[in-house]
Amino acid sequence: MLAPVLHVLPLATIIRERTLPVAGKVNVHINQHVNPTDVIAEASFAREHVLLDVSRIFGVTASQADKMIKVNQGDRVMQGALVADSGGLFSRSIKAPRAGRVMVVGSGQVLMEVGDTRVELRAGLPGLVTQVLPERGVVIRTAGALIQGVWGNGRIDNGLMVNLMQKPDEVLSADRLDVSLRGSVILGGHVRDVETLRAAAELPVRGLILSSLLSSLIVPAYQMRYPILVTEGFGAMPMNSAAFRLLTTNDKREATVNAEHFDRYNGNRPEVIIPLPVSTEPPEPNAFEPFAVGQTVRLRRPPNAGMIGTLSNLPNGLSVLPSGLRAPAAEIKLENGEAVLVPLINLEVVG
Amino acid sequence: MPASLVQNESILAIDVGAAVTRAVLFDVVEGEYRFVASGQAPSTAETPFKDIGMGVREAITNLQNITGSTLLGEHDNNLIAPAQPDGSGVDAVVATISAGPAVKTVVVGLLSDVSVQSARRLAESTYSRVVDTLDLSDHRKPDQQMDGIVRSRPDLIVLAGGTDGGASRSIQKMLEAIGLACYLMPLEKRPMVLYAGNQKLASEVKDLLGGHAGKVEVSYNIRPSLETEDLDPGRHELALLMTKLRERQIKGVEELNLWTAGNLLPTAYAQGRIIRFLSKLYESTRGLLCVNVGASATSVAAGFSGELTLGVYPQYGMGENLAGLLQETEIDDIMRWLQLDVSQNMFREYLFQKSLYPSSIPATKDEQALAQAIARQVLYLAVRKAQKDFPAHARSMREGVMPPFDLIIGGGGVVSDGTSLGQSLLLLLDAIQPTGIIPILLDQNNLLPMLGAAASRSHYLPVQVIESGAFIGLGTVVSVIASANYGDQVLRAKLTYGDGTEARAEVKFGGLEILPLPNGQSARLSLQPLHRADAGLGAGKSGVVTVTGGALGVVIDARGRPLQIPSDPVRRRELMKRWSYAVGG
Repeated sequence: MLAPVLHVLPLATIIRERTLPVAGKVNVHINQHVNPTDVIAEASFAREHVLLDVSRIFGVTASQADKMIKVNQGDRVMQGALVADSGGLFSRSIKAPRAGRVMVVGSGQVLMEVGDTRVELRAGLPGLVTQVLPERGVVIRTAGALIQGVWGNGRIDNGLMVNLMQKPDEVLSADRLDVSLRGSVILGGHVRDVETLRAAAELPVRGLILSSLLSSLIVPAYQMRYPILVTEGFGAMPMNSAAFRLLTTNDKREATVNAEHFDRYNGNRPEVIIPLPVSTEPPEPNAFEPFAVGQTVRLRRPPNAGMIGTLSNLPNGLSVLPSGLRAPAAEIKLENGEAVLVPLINLEVVG
Repeated sequence: MPASLVQNESILAIDVGAAVTRAVLFDVVEGEYRFVASGQAPSTAETPFKDIGMGVREAITNLQNITGSTLLGEHDNNLIAPAQPDGSGVDAVVATISAGPAVKTVVVGLLSDVSVQSARRLAESTYSRVVDTLDLSDHRKPDQQMDGIVRSRPDLIVLAGGTDGGASRSIQKMLEAIGLACYLMPLEKRPMVLYAGNQKLASEVKDLLGGHAGKVEVSYNIRPSLETEDLDPGRHELALLMTKLRERQIKGVEELNLWTAGNLLPTAYAQGRIIRFLSKLYESTRGLLCVNVGASATSVAAGFSGELTLGVYPQYGMGENLAGLLQETEIDDIMRWLQLDVSQNMFREYLFQKSLYPSSIPATKDEQALAQAIARQVLYLAVRKAQKDFPAHARSMREGVMPPFDLIIGGGGVVSDGTSLGQSLLLLLDAIQPTGIIPILLDQNNLLPMLGAAASRSHYLPVQVIESGAFIGLGTVVSVIASANYGDQVLRAKLTYGDGTEARAEVKFGGLEILPLPNGQSARLSLQPLHRADAGLGAGKSGVVTVTGGALGVVIDARGRPLQIPSDPVRRRELMKRWSYAVGG
């Protein structure tokens, strides 16, 4: 059976696609080195549209209305600019209700886009542009530590990572966030109150890397303007030992927190990238591999959710679980020495 | 059935679920189709695999290991079809799919309580989530409607309205908003459109939207007149569109569709098809009810003499969508099904955590109890939602009570993976709360949708497979409705077996009683209600009926309808344990 791989890697080649939500302009070229804050692509798009039904307003046929329209597709028009004129002795006119751009003209109608919004896409991580996706974005390659999470609030930023965790089940509270942490990425632990999230916003911080979050904090977490990444999930869960060791040993290093939503179908998931200098390029990690004895695994569900262990035996066929269900399972030796039987579907390989 | 009527084809059926992919072999044994074996594997539609082909091949490999047959090529791992002289391969493949994200759907119609309702019912017959609705009562300007559609980024637009030969101007106005919205979306994200309205406008719809939408399909009018609703043709076109959509969204779907010669179907559609077929075949006037609690959705199909009600509810799925379940129901309403003493906070965190790992399974007894409690509530909600769309003649006369059915079939991982058949039955009883005297079957291998898909290859296959006992008979349930106090005697029951021996039960209100009757046997059941209780024969009416057996036998459910659950948690848990014990623990 194939196992999903959770990346908790001290050094790997990381290749990431960064794209605009709509077509726009790419500002960088292939083989260019980029920094996390570089604007690599930008676009403008309209949040709203205005449909001017010339035919209906003038009470004429569509073809007659087409002749009365004074703007063309692509024209930029100011508020109050003439859009259509009925002509004749008692001429009536239609003026642009807002400034915008004419998108379509035809069938006696004019469609304008208004309320221009600019989007700037930052690189998010330092690295080399290996591919330009015309009008959409780029592919960036870098090397460094990679730690994947399970939940993110949809934001991305980078900064110096400061460790506030002494142990994996540390609780991060507002009183630990002082002004010296301004502009940092905070490696916290479990957060159980909204005051902590607000205190981090007030500093402000560049990101929070958490082991877990109460589910009641999901809505306020989305409202924060800095990235929040969770490695384990919801409730009070300690950070898995592999991620804890790797993150704490990278204290005071620049880290990118890409807290994007976990999209199960396009594969995007929240992750921390800590760029590191390399002389030779490390391997690119596998996304999945067959289960095998000796693998380091993470348990995804209770009773030992988040714990790391070693796969010690893969019995053939189905095993009877304590729940009474029958499923393919593996014997796992946990770091505390305890041996447990875990369904394969509840495991992921760490690597 | 004469053997000559069977085409003698071996058929491989594949079902790609959100959590599990199943491969099932049907073959001809002694002139009749039989379910041979089932292999399964975790589905691989989601990251990091992102290709259903891996899960499909692993399921087929597991099937090969069980049957000893060779279905995949040794070197290329491709399916061997048709069957070869050396016995390897299969003659035909049928497949169904429920994996994939909920399909964001905009429903468009004219009158909010006529064509919009029909379009909504049509949309709810597949794995869709309605994100916006447009109708004549919508007070937004056309450009605001257009922006609304663009912002909701739909995958699908279901458009209905106008009786045949009736209103057209209003639909044309809506078409403009839809066409412009499609035009404004990126090419690769443009929604597919199903038009099922006034047929006079069908070609105009294709002309207007054809160049802008992802794909446009036209079906017969689902509301040809104000009084008539006919969703069947629309369901078929919608199923085809769904397959196209999944091909666009998920790698490997196109290949699977090729294996089936273009007959890949959405699982719920295939489930609905077989239920409609069976209800017609068995002339079921009271109806067949089939429920399936899956990771992607809970689906309810009810067939009434060939008339189908089909509801697919992704919001009640047991996987990723659990995080949103508390927007649909109160946490107390889920926790009322728990035998465990857990806090609301702990339960809330469990729901969210489970949604992070949709395909994971309960490893401990406590987790299993939590999953079963959630399953009861989602099935309870789904059945009640579907019930509103049952045809008028099939609705219950009593408020808040299910109508009687001729047969109930339950399936889906959490139902069929119950730790015992008694637990599977109890889950179905608690959630559906059936009335009358009903046999209940368990579709342990989730065969029903595959039979629905296979029906296109052979009409005999589904009937022969079902009649060969591919489903587990859980038993016949007698539901007692009474106005009584807990512990009052409400029924005397006597079961007379074929050999003349008897089993008796004095049934008290609030309890579950079991009279053993093995699978495949039938017996005469004498019912004598007390205090005007209704045991399926009418209030206070006694009688004798022939019942069939099952794994549990004859189950007399005297817990009341609707089910009376004490509000006191200690008392409730004690009662739940007692009911659980009654069906075997």
